[in-house]
Amino acid sequence: MASAGKKNLSKSRPGGYLIAVIGDADTVAGFLMAGVGERDGKKDVNYFEVDLKDTPVPAIEDAFKRFTEREDIAIVLINQYIANEIRPVLAKFSAPVPAVLEIPSKEHPYDASKDSILQRVRNMLGTS
Amino acid sequence: MSGAGARVAVVPSRMTLQQIKGRLAGAKKGHSMLQKKADALTVRFRSILKDILEKKEGAGEQSKDAMLALAMAKYAFGEELTVVMGESVDEEASCKVKMTPDNIAGVTLPVFSRYEGGGGAAGGLDGSKGGGAKGGAKGGAAGAGTGRSLAGLSKGGQQISECRETFSTTLELLVALASLQTSFIILDEAIKLTNRRVNALENVVVPKLDNTVKYIISELDEMEREEFFRLKLVCQGCHRENGACCCVLYWIRFARTGVVV
Repeated sequence: MASAGKKNLSKSRPGGYLIAVIGDADTVAGFLMAGVGERDGKKDVNYFEVDLKDTPVPAIEDAFKRFTEREDIAIVLINQYIANEIRPVLAKFSAPVPAVLEIPSKEHPYDASKDSILQRVRNMLGTS
Repeated sequence: MSGAGARVAVVPSRMTLQQIKGRLAGAKKGHSMLQKKADALTVRFRSILKDILEKKEGAGEQSKDAMLALAMAKYAFGEELTVVMGESVDEEASCKVKMTPDNIAGVTLPVFSRYEGGGGAAGGLDGSKGGGAKGGAKGGAAGAGTGRSLAGLSKGGQQISECRETFSTTLELLVALASLQTSFIILDEAIKLTNRRVNALENVVVPKLDNTVKYIISELDEMEREEFFRLKLVCQGCHRENGACCCVLYWIRFARTGVVV
């Protein structure tokens, strides 16, 4: 997995990279407004709307895996409370590219102690 | 004996001694260079750590603003805003990221930067300027960027373009954060790798070669002593027979000390 990431690093795609979003309706709408959305020829989109009441967890995991395996995605934004649902999958994902960023959502304020990257950072800085 | 401890399995001879000494010098040089690399990486790593902490806090704040702006836009436009946004997604994203490689002590780090791809940039400007003026037309006109389709929204153009701006700023911040985070992961890995190599050289390879050098030297000394002893025996034999010594040992000793045996 790491070697695949390395391969990505050396060459830059001519078409640029996309930003994928996994989040609730509001988060997705907001980032679509900023213009990250893309629909390719097969009607595949680079965002995934989650409603924890309706969307089963495996579907979220599936979407996450799909996004991280796509060559043209460099950043995956995911709402933190959704990230918590698929934490095991997230923890297993260790490649540098795409970068997985946990972002806060409307109902759920940002909890820095849950962010896996931030945890590592704090560990290394020696502050808890 | 000094040959204790791990050593390379070699035949003790002057040639192998030279070879091992060469390898030892190489290992020491490599160790000091890797040490320097590890230091350079660590310096960069530390600064990234601090940056990440700051940026994460900033991103949290910025997201709050963005959500507020979105709520305002939704209030102005109506709840179906999110649905319309989903419908007006185009073939090409108007906001993409570019990856430029950065090099720190031989480790490639990607630096992401945002750029407006395709016709999205112009469309975006139109959208924020035009606002509600172009009201009436249905949003999501084919071929136009996401921004332009906003011009078609019949009301609340002001709030929507503001919301768009805020999310753009958030995105900018998140892209910067993504660069840092990726660098963090790669550097973490690279530092571990380099430290492993430094330690391996310091604790395994160099002592092993050191031991080998000592072993070869002691073995060569031993062989020299044996040789000396053998010559001495021969010499004693010929001393008894001839009365005067003609062997090499005699001359060596005579040359060293001036004493006639």
